[in-house]
This record gives sequence, structure tokens and C-alpha cells, in this order.
Amino acid sequence: MTSSATHTIENTQSAPDNSETVIEVKNLKISFGSQDVLKDVSFNLHKGENLVVLGKSGSGKSVLIKCLTELLRPDSGSMVVLGKTVNSMDRHELAELRKQIGFLFQSGALYDSMTVRANLEFPLTRMNRKVNKEEINERIKKVLDNVGLGHAIDKMPAELSGGMRKRIALARTIIVDPVIMLYDEPTTGLDPITSREISVLINDVQEKYNTSSIIITHDMDCAREVADRVIMLKEGQIVAEGTLEELEESEDEWIRSFFGKN
Amino acid sequence: METGTTKKTEEKKTAPPSPARAFFNEAGGIALFLGQTARYTFSFPFEFKEFIKQCYMIGNKSFGLVGITGAIMGVVLTIQSRPVLADFGAEAMLPKMVAVSLVREIGPVITALICAGKIGSGMGAELGSMKVTEQIEAMEVSATMPMKYLVVTRVMAATFMIPLLVIFADTLGLLGSWLGVNIKGDVNIALFFSHAFSSLEFIDLVPSIAKSFVFGWVIGLVGCYKGYNAGKGTESVGIAANSAVVLSSLLIIIVDLIAVQVTDILS
Repeated sequence: MTSSATHTIENTQSAPDNSETVIEVKNLKISFGSQDVLKDVSFNLHKGENLVVLGKSGSGKSVLIKCLTELLRPDSGSMVVLGKTVNSMDRHELAELRKQIGFLFQSGALYDSMTVRANLEFPLTRMNRKVNKEEINERIKKVLDNVGLGHAIDKMPAELSGGMRKRIALARTIIVDPVIMLYDEPTTGLDPITSREISVLINDVQEKYNTSSIIITHDMDCAREVADRVIMLKEGQIVAEGTLEELEESEDEWIRSFFGKN
Repeated sequence: METGTTKKTEEKKTAPPSPARAFFNEAGGIALFLGQTARYTFSFPFEFKEFIKQCYMIGNKSFGLVGITGAIMGVVLTIQSRPVLADFGAEAMLPKMVAVSLVREIGPVITALICAGKIGSGMGAELGSMKVTEQIEAMEVSATMPMKYLVVTRVMAATFMIPLLVIFADTLGLLGSWLGVNIKGDVNIALFFSHAFSSLEFIDLVPSIAKSFVFGWVIGLVGCYKGYNAGKGTESVGIAANSAVVLSSLLIIIVDLIAVQVTDILS
């Protein structure tokens, strides 16, 4: 991984411990109508690890991470996240679990009717109703400085560029100190320079907050920048797993074509 | 959680259903949505701050339009009724007739239909847009229940604000009627209102206000249902807004029909 950062994030947590599994997915299946989107998917995510999920559009990558947060309910399979079985949780347990998971949506999903400040304040006050105004302001300032957008605090999302929206969305997810980060195509629709800045920020978040991350992407530059380990999804099945270097050396034609080696 | 289930159900649609099936799908969807709304309405803590904000948005955005419409209704009703009453030598009954018509029927129904267009479409478009841009899912992963935060607050706000808007429209409607009377005459405002209110009894107000609550509830529920269940893509936002207006307008007329029958039986 590359550790050079455009915006340095303050260290708040201890060093990675790769021995611990934070997400364990077994035999996950989900279908929409007659279309099987995920077929028997199993994998683990270790603590402090950046796991990149590669695959073509429509291969089920986004569905996979939405299942992990119960935004979509799988047909079968088990998902253990931070030692808790997601499938059997009631809504209060699920809400508690979600407090420990940061989800960066493909579109950023900033609340259009709120300023940047209100967008950042929202998860903080929703997840911890006892947090005081002084602490809120302090944390908002800190995360905005971390993503280099301190000046945008009173802007509306419509006034921001695509890259700025992504960075504010990232700030909104890290403001609650998540243990796990899920990135849904974080660099899609961005120019190469901004894409690299986002990739660098992903690394910074992982290193400084000691988060464990799943990064959904088909941007190979982003994958090269952030990946500790890679799994490749093809038509809802994991067809390859390993480091990026290992996969690049694969003899499989489809995998090679993904790396532009045909 | 409700969103996951709803979303999956929606995505499972593969081919356009037959009209009969589509009708039952819609009816079932609304019933399910109604059940979830009822469940979250009574689960604590209530999102009071958001509720107040929505009340302000609904009242502030609509009172001008509702007031102007109410006043014009009063003027038009007076001008249209005057010749008919004059033919029977009952021109003096004009304030009474306008007051009864406005308060019992025209005020609530016209106000509700206007609000269906303004508030219902706004809710459909806003929630539809939030759905399309994943804002509702973002809310859900922020440990917030969108049904409670977005839907219950809007439905409750519409339920409580529409009756206030109806009272406002009725008041301006009566003022408009007084202006209408004075186009061809010279009637003191105190005398006009004295005549108007002499024909109204408390029992006239109760069904009117009661059905206004139901109209508000219908507008909020349908607007939120259409927005919350919008499909994918920006086109869905327009469809959600449009269908919210169409369905809530239709339901307002049906509710009014039932309310008139019930009032008739009870009185």
C-alpha cells in the first residue's frame, strides 16, 4: 500500500492486528427474481486489512456490501460481523452494529437539504444523543481538516464538485470512528487526480483509524493503491483471491483481461 | 429492517404485471406501508424536532396559496349564487349559504386537493430523490430509521397542518364572500359574519375538521409511500411526484364521499 497522504489524518487508534477476523461471510446467496446475483459467496475480512472486491459492473459487488449492513436481506448464508451474526439480529442490535460500520456510497449520498455541517452532525447526533455542541464542533472541524475541506463547512452539497462530495461523504463516515469501512466504488466518476486523492484518503483512514475495509471497485489504479488482498467476483461467484501481484500473474484469461493483459 | 425487505421486493419485479395484479400489488404495498407507519408512529423516541420542521414547511409553503384560493372561492361562490338566490327573493340568505357551503364541503375539499398537489408532490419528489441517490440508505446505516424520521414525521405533520390550513382557507373564503357581496351591495362586515355564523352550528364544524385530518393523513401517507417506493433513476422521481398527486386526489374524493355519508347517517 502507498502511504503518502494528501491530507494527514490524526492517529486515534492502535496498530493493526491481522489475526482477528472482523467479517466472516459463508455461503451467501441472493437473487432478484430469476436472476441469481450472489451464488455461494464466502470470504473473511481481517482486522486492519483493506480487502478490494473487483469485478465487472453487475457482478454483485455492491449487493455484497449492502447485505453486510442488512440494506439487502440475503436468501441464505451467514454473515458474522464483529462477532455478531447479522442475519439473526433484531433492529436494535442491527442499529448498534451499524454504528461501528462506515459506508461510503457510490453517489456520496449527502443529504441535499442539509449543509455540510448538518450532514456531518447528523450521524454524530443520531448515534450518540448525549454528545455536546462543543464536541460536535470539534469533531466536525477535525474531520473536515482531515479531508482538506474545512472551508466548505457552510456550503450545500449542490455547491460542491464530485470529488468534494466524495470527500465530505468520507468525512461523514469517519466522524463516528467506525471499526469497519465499506466503500462502494469510491472513485467512480472522478478524474484521475481526484481518484488518487480519494485512494490516498482510504489508506490514511485505514492506517490512522485502524479500520478494516472492503473496497468495491473496478478502478485498477485505486485497487493498486489500497489493496492488501483482492477477491474477484464474476457473475456472483468468487473466482480468484489473493494479493494483487498474485492475481496479475494468473493464467486465467478472464482475470488477465481484467488487468489489461490480453 | 423494512427498507431491505421493501427494496428487495421492488427489485424482484422482472416483467410488468397485469392491471389487476398491479392494483393488488399497489393496494398491498400501501397496506404494508400503512402498517409500518402505524408501528413507527407509536415507537419512542418520537422525532419531535423533525416533526416541527415539517409542520413549518407544510404550513409556511402552503398558507399563501391556500389563502388566495380560499378568498377567490368565497368571491366566486358569492357571485355565482347571488342571481339564483335573487330569483327566489332569498338574497339575504347569501352569507348563510356561502358559509355552510364553504365550511362543510368546499373549504376542506379544495384545500385538500391543492395541498395534494403542493405537499403530496413535494413529499413524493423529495423522498423519491433521496431514494434514487441512496440518501435513505445512508440514513439507515447512520442508525436512523427512515420510516420514523422521514415518513412518520411527514405524515403526522400533514395530518395536523391540513386542518389548520382548512380553517385558514374557510376564514379567507368568508372574507372573500363579504367582498363578493359588497360588489353589488353595501353590507357591514359585522352584519355579514353575524348572518354567516348564525347558520353554522358546532356540529357543522366537527365533520369538516375531522375529515380534514383524514385528508391530511392521506396526503402525507400517499406522498411518502410513492416517494419511498420510487424506482431507480431520475425518471422515477417525476413518476413518484405525479402519482402521489393523482392517487391522493382520488382518495380525497373517495374519503369525502364516505365522510358525507357517515355525517348524513349520524345527523
